[in-house]
Amino acid sequence: MSGQELPSGASVVIVGAGVTGLSTAWWLARSGVSVVVLDKGVIGMEASGRNGGGCSHYQSPLFAEEQRLWPMMDELLGYPTEHQSGKIIFGITEQQVDYYKYIAKCIRAHGARVDDLNGDDIRRLVPLAGDNALAGFRAYTGGQANPQRTVQAYAWALRDHGGQVFQHTPAIGFERAADGKVLSVITPRGTIGCDHVLLASGPNLPQLAALLDIDVPAAPARAEMIVTEPCPLMDLRGVDGNGLYGRQTARGNLAYGGGPHEWMPDLEPDGPKARPTTPLVRNLAARVAGLFPKAAHLRVIRSWAGVVETTPDGRPILDRLEHPGNVTIATMSGVGFGLSPASGHALRDLIVDGACSFTDISKLRLSRFEGLDPDWRRQKGWIHAVAQEFTGQAALAS
Amino acid sequence: MSADGDVSIHNFSQFGRHKAPQQRYDLVVVGAGGAGLAAATAAAKAGRSVLVVDEHPIDPGLIGLDVPYLFGGRATSAVQTPDRLVEQIFAARPALEAAAEAGVELELGVSCWGLYVNGPNLQTLASPVIGLANLEKAWMVGFDQAVIATGARDLVLGFPGWDQPGVMGAQGFASLIDLYDAFAGRKVVILGTTDLALQTAERAVAKGLEVVALIEAGDAVQGDKARAAALNIPIHLKTLPVGARGGIDGVEHLTLRPVGGGETFDIACDTVVMALGLVPQIELLDAAGAKITRDAKLGGFVPQVAADGATSLKGVRALGDVTGVAQAGDAYVETWMRALMANTPAETMLCQCEEVTRGDLLDLRPPRYLGEPSETMRRQSLTRLADDGPVNQDQIKRLTRACMGPCQARRCREQTALAMAIGTDTPLASVPLAGYRAPVRPLPLKVIAETAEPADLKMNWDVWFGVPEQWVPYPAIDTPEEPDHVAYISATKYLK
Repeated sequence: MSGQELPSGASVVIVGAGVTGLSTAWWLARSGVSVVVLDKGVIGMEASGRNGGGCSHYQSPLFAEEQRLWPMMDELLGYPTEHQSGKIIFGITEQQVDYYKYIAKCIRAHGARVDDLNGDDIRRLVPLAGDNALAGFRAYTGGQANPQRTVQAYAWALRDHGGQVFQHTPAIGFERAADGKVLSVITPRGTIGCDHVLLASGPNLPQLAALLDIDVPAAPARAEMIVTEPCPLMDLRGVDGNGLYGRQTARGNLAYGGGPHEWMPDLEPDGPKARPTTPLVRNLAARVAGLFPKAAHLRVIRSWAGVVETTPDGRPILDRLEHPGNVTIATMSGVGFGLSPASGHALRDLIVDGACSFTDISKLRLSRFEGLDPDWRRQKGWIHAVAQEFTGQAALAS
Repeated sequence: MSADGDVSIHNFSQFGRHKAPQQRYDLVVVGAGGAGLAAATAAAKAGRSVLVVDEHPIDPGLIGLDVPYLFGGRATSAVQTPDRLVEQIFAARPALEAAAEAGVELELGVSCWGLYVNGPNLQTLASPVIGLANLEKAWMVGFDQAVIATGARDLVLGFPGWDQPGVMGAQGFASLIDLYDAFAGRKVVILGTTDLALQTAERAVAKGLEVVALIEAGDAVQGDKARAAALNIPIHLKTLPVGARGGIDGVEHLTLRPVGGGETFDIACDTVVMALGLVPQIELLDAAGAKITRDAKLGGFVPQVAADGATSLKGVRALGDVTGVAQAGDAYVETWMRALMANTPAETMLCQCEEVTRGDLLDLRPPRYLGEPSETMRRQSLTRLADDGPVNQDQIKRLTRACMGPCQARRCREQTALAMAIGTDTPLASVPLAGYRAPVRPLPLKVIAETAEPADLKMNWDVWFGVPEQWVPYPAIDTPEEPDHVAYISATKYLK
């Protein structure tokens, strides 16, 4: 709606048209709340549209709501998300198998059905698996969806409920009352008044929050994925393991990521300047071929990188701050796509009712980082480091 | 591992993982065309170590995928045995021999699928590198200087039937004729009247092929008039291809229709060569983050280069057709695309790999494997999306899957941008470049893979960020159980 004029105000202004911001906006609009979403660029063009599509987060307090909502999302949104329920994880080394047993145990702790799989079970259920498949599990919860389709589905469904998204419209400042409350959000296209503001801008949340004197500790980093050409569909496409996350898409492509990331310097308001990939594509390819020996002939057709933020404990921050009273902040700490139906619900509740209606999320408050050493990134080694480049003997005159 | 004395960089980051390859040259040149070989030979004569790689003879599997040119299924079986074509390529390009004599190391049948240099948000490479591959394996080569001389590929516009064997591009045609001597057709129709089209006709005639006609959607010959007249071949102006019909071996007839209406007529032919324009092959440079500009008269998106070919990437120059090929420009290509959109059905295939029609693109129809679109979905369209902001090809391709297939959008990238521009009444120049991604050649997992994972990478590989606290179940957080979870995750998730 860049052709349209920015409205003078909305009950809630959300900064960031990623999955978390858009899902919250959709939940708010469904509740009849007037909502406007601002984004520096295009809907879902950062990590929300660049991830593995997994919807299986046993560790989260939002797990039950995530599992309840996903099977209904196509119908609720009115647009396809390509969601499929169910998840298989298997290992090709003993140590991987040990770790996957732990994950299975954590999922069972939710009362969910999980079947242990041996190598033969895996080969029966996963046609692309090979003789090296050792053991793993099948969960009947969890699953995966198409991030790119889902993020657009939120945006369309939001609009169907009367909400608005303004692309290419970064938040560059705030007007505040004497008591600190946010009166309006300043953008290059004008100022928009609000009763409440949600900051959900992903990796540049720290810089955005700093404009409100709020200290959000989160370090940006670049992570990479690869995708192959399509192959015949497996019955259950949410299959990973061998140190990878990812899925077979509804089209049949194998889309997987994992391995090392690169810590980045703090972001500018206009987002990452570049999202380069690296020769890690070769190691990801080897891991995918190791997980699926029968797919080793498939051609890799793309790789890509996305920029995500991670908090010091790796856990989300979902918090309606006590001061100034009308500001809510949200970061999913790099694991936001699958949880988005539930995080949007929780954030809607925080904004409208002051508390999450369906589960306790009090351990995700920002206040847990009070007293954090300002030098925490350095202490953890989560810092932007520049390699010493090897220089050859002969410099060639250009 | 440490960046400086007092900071220990987190083991699960890429810092320290990107090693400098064993193999290293003062200069690597990608592309053994005229520009690349001249630079290579000069450097070798000046005493530099120089490697030239060229993907010809191409992997037969890629020829079938129309990578890098639109070969259109008109190659003879000679391309199935690439090794035997090396001699033919040496004969066709005498400069190869001269380069070898000057001391240049030549690798033919080797494609370059990636160019990696440190820049914004990538600072962990121990050396600038290129990724190379042959039919069996991939490897990395370090360099001080690189010359990207990857030339240009075919501009492809679809018409009904263009997805069958026999419809090819001028570059595909030229390579099969001149480089491989492996062209399987006999009777050729050429689309376009640009100098490229005239050159294509001359090439065909010289080879003893029958050129039946040149077809031009515009109202005048675009290239040199005298040169066109000298061909003595019928030229149909203000005429469009509206159907290619054929059998198991592909095209047998091309159906034509005057632009603006009139009787259709058929021309018997076995090959239709699109010679409407060329597209600089900037994919290595764009994927590596080089500054790209747009110049319609040079074929669209081109690297920003200094007089000596220097790109915005340190140590990387671009030379030859990759920096642009003089041609007619946006208006000419738009004339063709507008005429095709007005005179051929919306069901005309746009993206062959993903089977997306032009109508699917304009309707923003989700792919057919998702079944019939919902009521709400049917209300969406490209023009409605354009209300939300300027149309963006990267966004459209994710929704429709046009340009997402194994040919890496070589057959549909430009026509998708054109259809988006025309469909939303937006200037073509305002449609942003859809980003190129490595590997810029589609390579099998087992080929591109680094088979033996380096020990330090294996030790420090995690599915995500190597932060065990992140995966502790919520109820255990801040309880006496939390340290046990962290300990168990750390012990099983990471190698020791």
